[in-house]
Amino acid sequence: MKVVLENLTKIFPSRDKKSQNQVVAVSDFSFEIPDGQLVGLLGPSGCGKSTTLYMISGLQKPTSGKIYFGDDDVTELSTENRGIGLVFQNYALYPHMTVQQNIMFPLQNLTGKDKLSKQQMLDRAHEAAKLVQIDELMDRKPSELSGGQQQRVAIARALVKMPRVLLLDEPLSNLDARLRLQTREEIRRIQKETGITTVFVTHDQEEAMSISDIIVVMKLGVVQQIGKPQSVYDDPANLFVAKFLGTPPINVLEGKVLDGKVYIGDQAVMSVSGVEDMDVYIGIRPEGIEPAPDGVFECKLNNVEVMGRDASVVSTHTAALSPVIRAIISSDIHVDTASETVKYNIKPHKFFLFSKETEERIYFEVK
Amino acid sequence: MVDSKKHWKAWLYLSPAIILLLVFTVWPIFNTLRMAFLNDYGNMAAIGGQTFGFGIQNFIKVIEYKEFLQCLQNTALLCVATVPISTVLALLIAVALNSIKPLQKTLQTIFFLPYVTNSIAIGMVFAAMFNIVGLKQGSHMADTWGIINNVIQFFGGEPINWINAGSSYVANMAVMIIYIVWNALPFKILILLGGLQSINKQYYDAAKVDGTPKRRVLTRITIPLLSPMLAYVIITGFIGGFKEYSSIIGIFGEKMGPADDAGRLNTMVGFVYDALERDRQGRASAAALILFAIILIVTLINNKVIKKRVHY
Repeated sequence: MKVVLENLTKIFPSRDKKSQNQVVAVSDFSFEIPDGQLVGLLGPSGCGKSTTLYMISGLQKPTSGKIYFGDDDVTELSTENRGIGLVFQNYALYPHMTVQQNIMFPLQNLTGKDKLSKQQMLDRAHEAAKLVQIDELMDRKPSELSGGQQQRVAIARALVKMPRVLLLDEPLSNLDARLRLQTREEIRRIQKETGITTVFVTHDQEEAMSISDIIVVMKLGVVQQIGKPQSVYDDPANLFVAKFLGTPPINVLEGKVLDGKVYIGDQAVMSVSGVEDMDVYIGIRPEGIEPAPDGVFECKLNNVEVMGRDASVVSTHTAALSPVIRAIISSDIHVDTASETVKYNIKPHKFFLFSKETEERIYFEVK
Repeated sequence: MVDSKKHWKAWLYLSPAIILLLVFTVWPIFNTLRMAFLNDYGNMAAIGGQTFGFGIQNFIKVIEYKEFLQCLQNTALLCVATVPISTVLALLIAVALNSIKPLQKTLQTIFFLPYVTNSIAIGMVFAAMFNIVGLKQGSHMADTWGIINNVIQFFGGEPINWINAGSSYVANMAVMIIYIVWNALPFKILILLGGLQSINKQYYDAAKVDGTPKRRVLTRITIPLLSPMLAYVIITGFIGGFKEYSSIIGIFGEKMGPADDAGRLNTMVGFVYDALERDRQGRASAAALILFAIILIVTLINNKVIKKRVHY
């Protein structure tokens, strides 16, 4: 089932009737989610990603715009008639019911021709429980489960109705780091097995990058970029997207373009064509700079952090917006830590220019 | 370990509370036990130098009183009728109040007003409402009725003698039940509304996603999640019900019944007061202990029944 969002907008009126400070939570969001894909809505808190999810679920009504499931316009359809499964951030498992009762609850609401016999309900509940591997825990209460197990129960409860679309609100935020890794693989597996179009919300870029087919990066209610995780990472549309994706974060420096050369301070670090003379922000991915004796970009060396496979060269430069400039290199490469400075070579495809005025990407060709 | 030299300070700070508890709680409890087991004990007689044998005479006498059984019956009837009615009504009102946005605060205030109003005053208002206002003029009854009878007449019914001389026991009890339920509602609504507002809204969102009908949301989600508050309201309701006294006074006055049948609506607590007035502290104490035993047993049964259904 593809999901189409058309000019979706949500405006929350101001609480105080006198003031005019209404909040635009989501602004003019258009996007077609292809059938059977796992889509991550990604952004910092307050960017409208959860509001978008709740509009797809029907728990919130859009101020304007349309939502289609397949070819059906569901904009005016109430939540229960949309055929969605929703996993809440804190799971919202009914505390007084056992795991089995929780999973069966949505089935018991079915009426008319969809009504199931007790045995059918049990079979379906067990099937869903098996899919998320909690079929051993059916008689427990939610309070007797770990966070990860509760999460699985919540997913089973959302899946048991065989929804057309599965929605997950911050599915991993309540889990510890280890469980998070495991659960995100699990979500990926369940989504692939069921083939249900799935939308999930997260503020954790690593989470979104690792399991999504498509990510949507949002900021203050406005979509910044949509694409495959790797292509968004490799080809950010603006400074915000570049900064938001990647750990450790991208190095950002102030610089300028003059006569076809990019300058950081008075060092010319790259020759480019197709760019006018202007002030720019320069973004360089940590894996895009490499210490070399004949490097073009010289920084003050702080220290080298070796972390097994990789090493991180920490240096500073006055033009940098962040306190340090970080380079991730293989730990085999030797860096003279006694030296005051370090010289880097820059890989052009990890090197981005952004307009200082609009923070939009400036495309160029390397000479 | 606290320095032992400082112990006297701790006792000093605790002493006001301890002294008050000893004088007004511990001693009376002990004294009640003592008096209950001294045969035919009375304060005036004790001052007069009489001595009393130890035994269970008081308990036997109390149970043999016809009035006592009447009091027990009245109390039990009022409890059994008012606690379920007021709990169900309070639940429905609380759920309704919780689900409306406009005027919620105003309605909340209105529903809470009886709680801050003197129950004797409310009783007098109820008495006036259910009263036959006109008095007998010779053999002729002036037909100016209280507002309830006016309403009944407006809808074409026959006026009922609710509480005046010649009224029936059923009519008397009906008035008492209406009054006690109305009086008990605000506290229960307050507790249940507080409970409702502390239920996580996401449970309702989850139920909505699953298309749960309203009635099922109430029975499968709201009531189970509210069960600790419901248990509290039911148990305290029974305890309060067994101590019912001032509400009868409010409507029927100290006669505890209609003019021609004083004492017909007397309760357990009323029985204790009557015994005290007649200088029969021994009987009063015995009756109080019986009341205590009944409340204890009912509460234990309540706990047992409720335990299976409450989800903390």
